[in-house]
Amino acid sequence: MSKAERPGGREPVRLAVRKTYKLYIGGAFPRSESGRSYAVTSSKGEFLANASKASRKDARDAVSAARKAFGGWSGATPYNRGQILYRVAEMLESRRAQFVAELTDAGTKKAGDVVDAAVDRLVWYAGWADKIAAVAGSTNPVAGPYFNVSSPEPTGVVAVVAPDEPLLGLVSVIAPVIVTGNTCVVIAGERAPLPAITLAEVLATSDLPGGVVNILTGSVKEIAPWLAAHMDVNAIDLTGVTDPDLAVACEEGAAENLKRVLRPAATAATDWSADPGTKRLTAFLETKTVWHPTGV
Amino acid sequence: MFEYAPAPESRDVVDIKPSYGLFIGGEFADGTGTSLKTVNPASEEVLAEVAVASADDVDRAVRAAREAFGTWSAMPGSERAKYLFRIARIIQERSRELAVLETLDNGKPIRESRDVDLPLVAAHFFYYAGWADKLRHAGYGADPRPLGVAGQVIPWNFPLLMLAWKIAPALAAGNTVVLKPAETTPLTALLFAEICRQADLPPGVVNIVTGAGETGAALVNHPDVNKVAFTGSTEVGRLIARSVAGTGKKVTLELGGKAANIVFDDAALDQAVEGIVNGIFFNQGHVCCAGSRLLVQESIAEELLDALKRRLGTLRLGDPLDKNTDIGAINSAAQLAKIRELSDLGEAEGAERWSPVCPLPDKGFWFPPTIFTGVAQSHRIAREEVFGPVLSVLTFRTPAEAVEKANNTPFGLSAGVWTEKGSRILWMADRLRAGVVWANTFNKFDPTSPFGGYKESGYGREGGRHGLEAYLDV
Repeated sequence: MSKAERPGGREPVRLAVRKTYKLYIGGAFPRSESGRSYAVTSSKGEFLANASKASRKDARDAVSAARKAFGGWSGATPYNRGQILYRVAEMLESRRAQFVAELTDAGTKKAGDVVDAAVDRLVWYAGWADKIAAVAGSTNPVAGPYFNVSSPEPTGVVAVVAPDEPLLGLVSVIAPVIVTGNTCVVIAGERAPLPAITLAEVLATSDLPGGVVNILTGSVKEIAPWLAAHMDVNAIDLTGVTDPDLAVACEEGAAENLKRVLRPAATAATDWSADPGTKRLTAFLETKTVWHPTGV
Repeated sequence: MFEYAPAPESRDVVDIKPSYGLFIGGEFADGTGTSLKTVNPASEEVLAEVAVASADDVDRAVRAAREAFGTWSAMPGSERAKYLFRIARIIQERSRELAVLETLDNGKPIRESRDVDLPLVAAHFFYYAGWADKLRHAGYGADPRPLGVAGQVIPWNFPLLMLAWKIAPALAAGNTVVLKPAETTPLTALLFAEICRQADLPPGVVNIVTGAGETGAALVNHPDVNKVAFTGSTEVGRLIARSVAGTGKKVTLELGGKAANIVFDDAALDQAVEGIVNGIFFNQGHVCCAGSRLLVQESIAEELLDALKRRLGTLRLGDPLDKNTDIGAINSAAQLAKIRELSDLGEAEGAERWSPVCPLPDKGFWFPPTIFTGVAQSHRIAREEVFGPVLSVLTFRTPAEAVEKANNTPFGLSAGVWTEKGSRILWMADRLRAGVVWANTFNKFDPTSPFGGYKESGYGREGGRHGLEAYLDV
């Protein structure tokens, strides 16, 4: 909340025009179809905004938007996807001050460094777009007259439960999913969801096709099981699920259509500033092997 | 069709004992549970009695594997490699014996067990033996560690080959294993146990527990198992995925399929016909990646079907031990009942059924090669895995329609494309959502080549550098 809004000054001050935080589905910013919202407060307990409280129907709408976007996005050239991710980094950088303010409200320490790290993380993943195939693929020397090659391909629609790390953590779970051609439905961290919706504004102005990233705010406990059991979701990242019972329920739901499940070991809190490696990239990749005879 | 004199392979090379125990900690021991009889599906003759491992037996096996894990994982990779090379060599030395035993227990033609299964089994051990001392070069970090004890459950369609796919990479990476072969085909796994002894493999590194679903469940759910590897039906795969939820066990699943084999109008017709036959009638269609849906371009459908039917008329069904046999026995009475049920449903749902004139032996489990035409995408024979010699034929007009129909399945294990146009092959291969795409060939396998599915065909890869990941803590 900006100072100008606070009463008590001598001069009549201009009332700020506040932003309505909505969901991000299929490139648009709808409210929850349920009409529900929940109050988000700063780390000091001050009211910040009413965030949309997404329902399971919103989750389903987001999945169908993600599925619709999958063909185009997975079919784009890796060079193109890399450029778009780099563009996301540019847009994020240009809104640095806004994110610093929002993260500070959310209680993030050294918010400036965190925004810088998030921008750098996007740049890092952008570069992977046209390199992961060289690392994760192979030509296979089969014992016969065949050309044999294995290449990574995106898994499909990925549900992502983002960690309670409102920008760096969020970017660190979205970027590796989409850079390889997947599309996703993200449940933002429940406590501090506002930077996620501001990130959606960044995504919406970065040439990222609508539906590639869809962001829901609301109750993880309420929405995650629906995404975990959704038959048109191919994989789920449970990074942000802290309740072990909920995680097990999500894993069980995921079994129904054999979703790929990423559930980081709950040993220690993740250090989001550390080198992420390629694990989050390969977790949502399939390997396709193509055979063809050789001969004249 | 030419008349061939019978040319049976001698079964004297195998010595089947009347009964078998479990292989735990390097020793054969009686189980504490009941027993089951394994039969020759071509004659219904009982081959042997085999122990059914109880939960206690499974626990003993897992403890033996755990005990062996320390030494085995700490051993220099070059030494582990030599054990695996030894095993590969012994498999080659005893390959005729293993092939005959496989055919007796499984019902597959000796030509396939001798010329396909056994060479691939030996090759798989040779391949992964070489990785054991090169793991740090595999792209999984400077010092990738094994997972621990692997619980492995394998199917009856390629008993020894599936054992090789499971055990070779697991051991190369430094894990120890407890493997459960299928209840209808336990014998080659038990002979493999003897091979482990001949190779002086340290006790407990490989343990074999025989039994049915309950034994498998006890193994998968054992709290001291770190890794679960399963090949089998999607139904059981789902159960496993659910039962390991929250345990942190690493899981790889290689499940069912309903592969499209797509033939374009410019394909080399005779080669395509051979590919279709190999795709669905190889191993009696007991192949998860079988090309069970033929998608043929409308303009050549009639011509292709005529040629296909002519070719089916020359297939020889009968004694699996006969070297001229193309189609052997269905593995079990239960599987035969399932194939019959789905085929009857195919007719009931309106598809047209055709089989060549094909006398079936009086004893044993047999099903003639069968084609269904006029199949709609909604028919159960077009959607469900029959796991038998039954081909559903559908047609298409454009490449886009072929892709759409091929991908219209919850499975995603394999696909085939037949066309003389290179750019079209690559265009199709890009769009088919399947783990293996065979272009102008079908049902080819190699230890260097990753195999595994998309979607409900499971996750993880077997074969190649990719196959190591399943057994490393990465």
